[in-house]
Amino acid sequence: MTDTLLRFAGVSHSFGSVLAVDEVSLAIRRGEVFSLLGPSGCGKTTLLRICAGFQRPDRGRIILDGADLTDLPPEKRQVNTVFQNYALFPHLNVFDNIAFGLRIARRPEAEVRREVGRMLELTDMGEHAGKRVEAISGGQKQRVAIARALINRPLVLLLDEPLAALDLKLRQRMLVELDSIHDEVGITFLYVTHDQGEAMSISDTIAVMNRGRVEQIGSPAEIYEAPQSSFVAAFIGDTNFFDGAVREADGDYCRVAIEGFADVLLFNDKKVRPGGAVHLSLRPEKLLILQEPPPAGEERRNTVRGIVEEVVYLGAATKYWVRVGEYRLAVYRQHRRFLLDEKPIKWGDSVWLNWHADDGYMLERYSEADEELLSLPDTGFEAEAGSPPGPAPEEGK
Amino acid sequence: MKRSWLPPLSLIFCLAFLYLPLAEIFVGSVNNSRFGGPWRGFTWDHYRRVFGDREILSCLENTLAIAVAATAISMTLGTLAAFALHRHRGRLQFLHHALIYTPLVVPEILMGMSLLLFFASLGAELGFWTILAGHITFCLSYVAMTVLSRLQDFDFTLVDAARDLGAGNWQAIRKILLPLLMPGILAGGLLAFTLSLDDFVVTFFISGPASKTLPIYIFSSIKHGSPTKLNALSALLLIVTFLAVVLGRRLGGRRSAGESRPG
Repeated sequence: MTDTLLRFAGVSHSFGSVLAVDEVSLAIRRGEVFSLLGPSGCGKTTLLRICAGFQRPDRGRIILDGADLTDLPPEKRQVNTVFQNYALFPHLNVFDNIAFGLRIARRPEAEVRREVGRMLELTDMGEHAGKRVEAISGGQKQRVAIARALINRPLVLLLDEPLAALDLKLRQRMLVELDSIHDEVGITFLYVTHDQGEAMSISDTIAVMNRGRVEQIGSPAEIYEAPQSSFVAAFIGDTNFFDGAVREADGDYCRVAIEGFADVLLFNDKKVRPGGAVHLSLRPEKLLILQEPPPAGEERRNTVRGIVEEVVYLGAATKYWVRVGEYRLAVYRQHRRFLLDEKPIKWGDSVWLNWHADDGYMLERYSEADEELLSLPDTGFEAEAGSPPGPAPEEGK
Repeated sequence: MKRSWLPPLSLIFCLAFLYLPLAEIFVGSVNNSRFGGPWRGFTWDHYRRVFGDREILSCLENTLAIAVAATAISMTLGTLAAFALHRHRGRLQFLHHALIYTPLVVPEILMGMSLLLFFASLGAELGFWTILAGHITFCLSYVAMTVLSRLQDFDFTLVDAARDLGAGNWQAIRKILLPLLMPGILAGGLLAFTLSLDDFVVTFFISGPASKTLPIYIFSSIKHGSPTKLNALSALLLIVTFLAVVLGRRLGGRRSAGESRPG
């Protein structure tokens, strides 16, 4: 499927001396949910506003369905926006809010009634049509905003952090509803969010942004399993980072010396020669935590000994912090028969960590300036909203 | 805890202080006596005489025409001024604010005198048009300040949303911005209306012999006119002003719908 509907070609924009969007080029396919994901200030919202027409880019073009819309005003573009604060018109009721686009287009009233009825049904808001928008709940406002934006049948629906104002439970429900609305109308979604959990669960494609640039584009699984930069590895989910030097390289694999570890076997996708420095990312759920030494002779697996420093019970899984030399590794273990015959691992236990050579990822080191954007995990207590609790779904490699 | 009797007492005292003189006017306006004084029974006669007086009616017509025109013009200009102040911010912003605000605090007698000198230097004939122009100068400030305070709370993503849904710039203003600002504009307008209606000092300087307003008439006939008729006229003026103030407060007091944000 290579049917590109919306294309950003070399788009740059700055506010004063701040470069908000830096040479961004993206191709969004017809019918997909495409997410712009990144920390606040990464330029994702600016990119969305440029697409909607509220902001003129300094450089670059926006091509929608083969036509250049860079110079068109917002009202001439076949895209519609769901705003972060919904921006419902407070002097109009639910019905009139949804009808706004059609009435501006001077459609016959019978058509307006029919189309609004269709949208009310799609968003399950039929019984609230006559209510004032101040009298409905946050989730309902969200639905009205979606219905109002969809009624003009845009080619692309732009969603600017649409769930940010909702509480956790409602956010999860609206996410499912958004997904089913997308399935029903088949319109392309361009979805802006800072929440990786949201982006992972709704998107076909994610573009991870940082400092106005796109760091990586790919499916949620690609982004999670094969991050191309340490920023992406750290921003999406949890990870452990190591610094080391290649001791010997042999075909596809290499041996890496990391302080406090026995030599680590690693897939050498960057073809680093002996002597080269590497920055290594290893996801917590890829690590097996064992109370006995693993059986010897396993092919391409690494083993290291450590001491458990922290145990955080998360329900579906437990997160352990294991001290190995100067490193503190996060490890997830999913519970299967927790109360029955799993021998609990406690604080202070000596354990073995075991992982496959293919599970580590060589990356460049993120810059120190990025570090504050990431709020890198250093304690075990950030099992917060949004991120998938416990181990992320394991996917075959 | 024992309830203190002090707050209700001081409230009653304040109200009495403010409204006893006004009550005197209302009582006098229905007192069946030619020259006021002690109570001689109830009558509507004075009101009937007010509406039978040609001079009063012509003053009333003048006053209302000026008030309505001054209100309409200052609502338009004041709203535009508020927009300009809000959207185009510059280093002189505070100065612009001060310039709009000043007419509200400048002593009226100065306003009146400077207007008189200005009109005299232009060689303009004092009358309806000079009064109208004078009233607009201070009414405009009230409307601009009221609308400006509304604009400061206004969520301009609403305008973005209208544009996004296909509305042109002007359509977005007409369908979204103006309806949402209307309570503010009307509140400012009502305030302007009451100010114009009962302005005396400024009007005193710039009115000509041909065009009198009610406050000027009341002042000039207080020495030789019938006090009871003036009582009735003043009572009417008070009622109109009071109604306008109440209406203006209700419009101004209601939260502009545009302020509400979710979350």
